Amino acid sequence: MKMKPLWALPLLYSASALSQERSLNLTKGVTEVSRDVYDLHMTIFYICCVIGVVVFGLMFYSMIRHRKSRGREPAKFHENVKVEILWTLIPFLILVGMAIPATSTLIAMEDTSDADVTIQVTGSQWKWHYKYFDREVEFFSRLATQQQQIDNKFDKSENYLREVDNPLVLPTGQKVRFLVTSDDVIHSWWVPDFAVKKDANPGFINEAWTRIDEPGIYRGQCAELCGKDHGFMPIVVIAKTPEDYAKWIDETEAKQIAEQKRQQELLDMEMSMDELMAMGEKIYNSTCAACHQPNGQGISGTFPALAGSPIASKPENIDKHIDIVLHGVQGSAMQAFAQQLTMQELASVITYERNAWGNDTGEMVQAADINAAMNK
Amino acid sequence: MSTVVDDHNHEAHHDHKPSGITRWLFTTNHKDIGSMYLWFSLIMFFVGGAMAMVIRAELFQPGLQLVEPQFFNQMTTVHGLVMIFGAVMPAFTGLANWMVPMMIGAPDMALPRMNNWSFWILPFAFVILLSSLFMEGGGPDFGWTFYAPLSTTYSNDSTALFVFAVHIMGISSIMGAINVIVTIFNMRAPGMTYMKMPLFVWTWLITAFLLIAVMPVLAGAVTMVLTDKYFGTSFFNAAGGGDPVMFQHIFWFFGHPEVYIMILPSFGIISAIIPTFSRKKLFGYSSMVYATASIAILSFLVWAHHMFTTGMPVFAELFFMYCTMLIAVPTGVKVFNWVATMWRGAISFEVPMLFALAFVILFTIGGFSGVMLAMTPVDFQYHDTYFVVAHFHYVLVTGAIFSVMAASYYWLPKWTGHMYDTTLARLHFWCSLISVNVLFFPMHFAGLAGMPRRIPDYAVQFADINQITSIGGFAFGLSQLIFLWLVIKCARGGEKAAAKPWDGAEGLEWTVPSPAPYHTFETPPKVE
Amino acid sequence: MSDKRANNSKIVKRLLLTVAGMFAFGFALVPLYNVFCEVTGFNGRTNNEPAAVSQHEVDKSRTVRVQFITRTAQGIPWKFEPEIKEVRVHPGEVRVVNFLAANPTPDDMVAQAIPSIAPAEASLYLNKVECFCFNQQPLAAGNDAKMPMQFYIDPDIPAHITTFTLSYTLYDMTANATPEALALLESTE
Repeated sequence: MKMKPLWALPLLYSASALSQERSLNLTKGVTEVSRDVYDLHMTIFYICCVIGVVVFGLMFYSMIRHRKSRGREPAKFHENVKVEILWTLIPFLILVGMAIPATSTLIAMEDTSDADVTIQVTGSQWKWHYKYFDREVEFFSRLATQQQQIDNKFDKSENYLREVDNPLVLPTGQKVRFLVTSDDVIHSWWVPDFAVKKDANPGFINEAWTRIDEPGIYRGQCAELCGKDHGFMPIVVIAKTPEDYAKWIDETEAKQIAEQKRQQELLDMEMSMDELMAMGEKIYNSTCAACHQPNGQGISGTFPALAGSPIASKPENIDKHIDIVLHGVQGSAMQAFAQQLTMQELASVITYERNAWGNDTGEMVQAADINAAMNK
Repeated sequence: MSTVVDDHNHEAHHDHKPSGITRWLFTTNHKDIGSMYLWFSLIMFFVGGAMAMVIRAELFQPGLQLVEPQFFNQMTTVHGLVMIFGAVMPAFTGLANWMVPMMIGAPDMALPRMNNWSFWILPFAFVILLSSLFMEGGGPDFGWTFYAPLSTTYSNDSTALFVFAVHIMGISSIMGAINVIVTIFNMRAPGMTYMKMPLFVWTWLITAFLLIAVMPVLAGAVTMVLTDKYFGTSFFNAAGGGDPVMFQHIFWFFGHPEVYIMILPSFGIISAIIPTFSRKKLFGYSSMVYATASIAILSFLVWAHHMFTTGMPVFAELFFMYCTMLIAVPTGVKVFNWVATMWRGAISFEVPMLFALAFVILFTIGGFSGVMLAMTPVDFQYHDTYFVVAHFHYVLVTGAIFSVMAASYYWLPKWTGHMYDTTLARLHFWCSLISVNVLFFPMHFAGLAGMPRRIPDYAVQFADINQITSIGGFAFGLSQLIFLWLVIKCARGGEKAAAKPWDGAEGLEWTVPSPAPYHTFETPPKVE
Repeated sequence: MSDKRANNSKIVKRLLLTVAGMFAFGFALVPLYNVFCEVTGFNGRTNNEPAAVSQHEVDKSRTVRVQFITRTAQGIPWKFEPEIKEVRVHPGEVRVVNFLAANPTPDDMVAQAIPSIAPAEASLYLNKVECFCFNQQPLAAGNDAKMPMQFYIDPDIPAHITTFTLSYTLYDMTANATPEALALLESTE
């Protein structure tokens, strides 16, 4: 990373301070609230600058003009009630002046009524979970940056540490209400472009709202120390026009409902040990015994024995066993059976192989396990 | 038995200090104890500083290069605890011990043996805290603010050591505060009315009352964390009917006055130094006293400005916003009074004055970011970002720490009898001034640009800012070695210092020789 | 000299008393906070004991949307859903909604539901006559349950509250089960 020389800092500030990319200033954001917040920020900042210039100006003036080395006698005054009252009252009035716009912005920010869309936001170590209250859509949103980038083995992407696998999708122009909570410790959901930051407290829900003006991608981060990966649970919101959003939510809901149905079917396919062994023996004898022999002994030198084989009889090798049956063994006669048998059949024959001929692992493989292995 | 006491022999016997380690272990002398506090604070400053170097080294570039995130969190946590309870507070206590008795014409603190205990339990507490870093699972990693349930259900067993250490530090502070109050109430020389006391004595008196009021609340908070973790209570556990936000209320009820505890003595120091080097009395002495008292009282009413994002109702947010903004008024009065003290004075720029002037300017900058933070709707964007880190480091480093350095340069001649090496001191000042701003000023921008606090790695748009910050950090750390060397050198020798090396100085401490004799004001002076 | 010492002791005693008082105050903040929250509704917690059944007139002129969300915290493996996600009620009207819970694990478990309301202000106006959240809920291994919640909204709920959300977070309390909950578990076996 090339280092900018110190003198460039003021240039940096003036040139890009008020622009959004590589900014040194608060973002103006994409909501009315965020713009009000930005304006308030700049107002207070300018007032502080003016006060600073006056006070420091007086100080520097005094340091120069009232130096002893100029051969001056020090004055004797050390109180003046009028002046003191003035410089108590004037700051007080300035503060009152600041408080008025701050109060009205705050009251507007805390009004969550009449929302169009409600999102449940749940923080946990170390990811976010989003659930659309009115629809059957929910998902986890995790950091998508590769570990190798963090470990400095790969170059860092443009959105390093600010990208997720499943961003939150929201409509523009509609009031979105967030219900924020946590499953474990305190987290905080923060998207600077919305000026929304709300703590996620375990056991309690907090509310926040926003109305996004422009479509785009908006990134934020967790803003409360929550353990070791506090810096690694970003937030990404994709704002779409209401039409695009409606399309997205319909599609996603349909996908999720279909997925839920499939999961349910898989679970419904659960079999007992007896059922697995019965079906497994049938499949084995019709599909596998040709090579591995009905007694599991195989043919020495050509087809390996399954009876007493480490792969079929040791618990630590169950994944390898599943993998071989599903995907075959390259360069050998062992085929991939993933497409040839149903998930239930695959589950049962592997169970049979792990329990027959004295292998006796006691383990059961279910259709859901095959499904998981296939989708790894 | 002769009733005539040979005064000379009596004095000589008194001045015979025990030597070696027993002197320091058993001393009840306020000067000895003051020196021990100051040395302890300096050592802890370097310990905490080393942790800051680890933090800045990891944050020098994006990516995880040097440390794991868990260890990084331990560094940020213990850095905060060490700096607050090991560096800043003991430094002020050391200055109080050395200077308050002399400033009021008292021979020592009111409770000298308790004074010894107040000091010696501190190294004990820090050995416990620092050794917890070497436990299996590491040390405390939940931030110095130890919010629940991160510090209760989700912390490792170093939490028990952390709680124990904090209890001991609290007891030390409370005992010190009691000592200061009794000393100031009961041992002022005749004629030293309250409104004649130097402002350093006033600010420490008020600070001591703050300590008495809030350190016990910290003890309560830390005990509740212990019982929630180990004894099945549910103060902060929603499952058992508790509320994690309640922790924050209890903690910050202590925490906010605590930060004023860490700055009020500074105000006293600056109020001693600026008049001396402007050769002009402090402007508006009584308002300075009232302003300090108002700040102290107001400090009890603002705690929830640390909690604006926790889901407080609007009414509460407004209340705390208004009260927080209000504190700016008496604080501003103090700054204006310092400038008015300088105004039309005859100013010279010895190193104590350089640090004092830097304090006024830079602390005020920290005050500005404080006013910005007070505005609740905008605080939603600043909270838990580097903007807050910039704010509190300005008020604590260029504020409190610079005032301690100013005080050290101001009073080193009195403590050691030697002038410090002025070339080295000026070098220390300028190196520190430049590097501290390179270190902390860019943090404002990092926070505004969206960088959260307490993260070991960050998005690439924050890289340049962090690199500049880290370079400032390394430079600042190195610059403090100049100070260490200078203090050691001054203690060992140097140009002999007069009783009053600063011609504009006022106060009883300048009426005794330099170095101050082991016992001073055994007979109280007369004060007009 | 001893006069000073006596005076010292007086101040020291007073200060030590203050210290003890502030330590007690720190702990007193706990019930103080709870009372404050109960009175103002500030932290969105609802009543822990059954409210009396409404004697109020039902205010048919307005409806309030009450939303229900559930969360299983810290990985408790139960299923926990509201039977219906949202109801519209008139203030004063008594309603019952059910929550479905299921324990798919091979162990008996006990859970506690913790309620929270947003906006917090609404908690002052929600009266729960009967709620599964008042007590720990046991569920034997593999069992499920339909847990009712009976409530009414105070008719003087302010006009600006048109919607509020009631959330229940479920926590595993098997290790800290009350005797009543354990007894209930036994009786189902």
